[in-house]
Amino acid sequence: MELRIDWDNALERSSRRAAQATLLRARSAGLVDVGYSVADSPVGRLLVASTRVGLVRLEFLEGGIDDLLDELSDALSPRVIEDASRTEAARRQLDAYFEGRVRRFRTPLDWSLAPEGFSRRVLERTAEIPFGSVSTYGDVAKRAGSPRAARAAGNALHDNPIPIVVPCHRVVPTGGGIGKYGGQEWRKEFLLRLEGALED
Amino acid sequence: MSPTKTGLPPFQRLLEEHRADVYRFLVAAVGRHAADDCFQETFLSALRAYPRLRDKSNLRGWLLTIATRKTLDHWRAERRRPIPVERVPERAAPERDGRDPDLWRAVRALPAMQRAAVIHRYVLDLPYAQVAQALGTSEEAARANAYEGRRKLRQMQEVT
Repeated sequence: MELRIDWDNALERSSRRAAQATLLRARSAGLVDVGYSVADSPVGRLLVASTRVGLVRLEFLEGGIDDLLDELSDALSPRVIEDASRTEAARRQLDAYFEGRVRRFRTPLDWSLAPEGFSRRVLERTAEIPFGSVSTYGDVAKRAGSPRAARAAGNALHDNPIPIVVPCHRVVPTGGGIGKYGGQEWRKEFLLRLEGALED
Repeated sequence: MSPTKTGLPPFQRLLEEHRADVYRFLVAAVGRHAADDCFQETFLSALRAYPRLRDKSNLRGWLLTIATRKTLDHWRAERRRPIPVERVPERAAPERDGRDPDLWRAVRALPAMQRAAVIHRYVLDLPYAQVAQALGTSEEAARANAYEGRRKLRQMQEVT
């Protein structure tokens, strides 16, 4: 008795099409907790992820996105689905920023991935540093309420879940130089130059 | 939405990894025509329940359980329908997935539980423990249903 099904291309195509139709319905039924896209930018490909609240995660992609999606699934909800319309507002602002048309991001933020307490305050104060200017680790620590916690502020910025939009690249060491950057230093330099905060 | 640390794969990947198996089961169980609808219902139900899922050890089995429930729903609804007109075109354009369209017609003529058991055991090649899980029965009942279904199929094949 032969009950095996031929595994043919038609079935592969059919299941892919059915999967896409399912995701379409999932989006319109409001079942997406975390919607993500991969976007191109002058600093490389970016993972952009948004909840219903707002932009929750932005990350420079060096390789695949699997690990990042796993993190989102663990930390927020496993209902992680590719969703270009969910991330559209944030992606448009990023495009405008890189084209020099936007100096201040107005996209709503979801701070869920920033640990509450000192780290969150450091990131919130960092979000207030204006386009084109820089601050120091010590200064950000002070404004977050702990003047002597410059190193801890540096750690909080290194773990910034929403770089570029929460501009941790605008925080530099007191002693000069541009300092470290979680997303590799050439990107920090690129962003500071883009904003005219770095002399040639 | 709460910080749960579920360890579940992102739903996008769950769908990508298992869509082929689920689709294959559904084509075997309800035919190509109804497979799409059952597929969407299966994964939408899965998505609704996903954040509350505790046992992540057998996600494929979990999805096939939901798919089985959807096929049972579909069969019940179809029984209530008067004449299965939609069956007619199948003769002109036989299913391309099975090598033996008569056999598939025979499979779909089996009682619901036997049909599900046969498909899970002999098409998807699942061990009886998983057949039982998908059917929501004991392993013995799963075994009996698969055995009885297979016996009837052989009978039907001998007749034709």
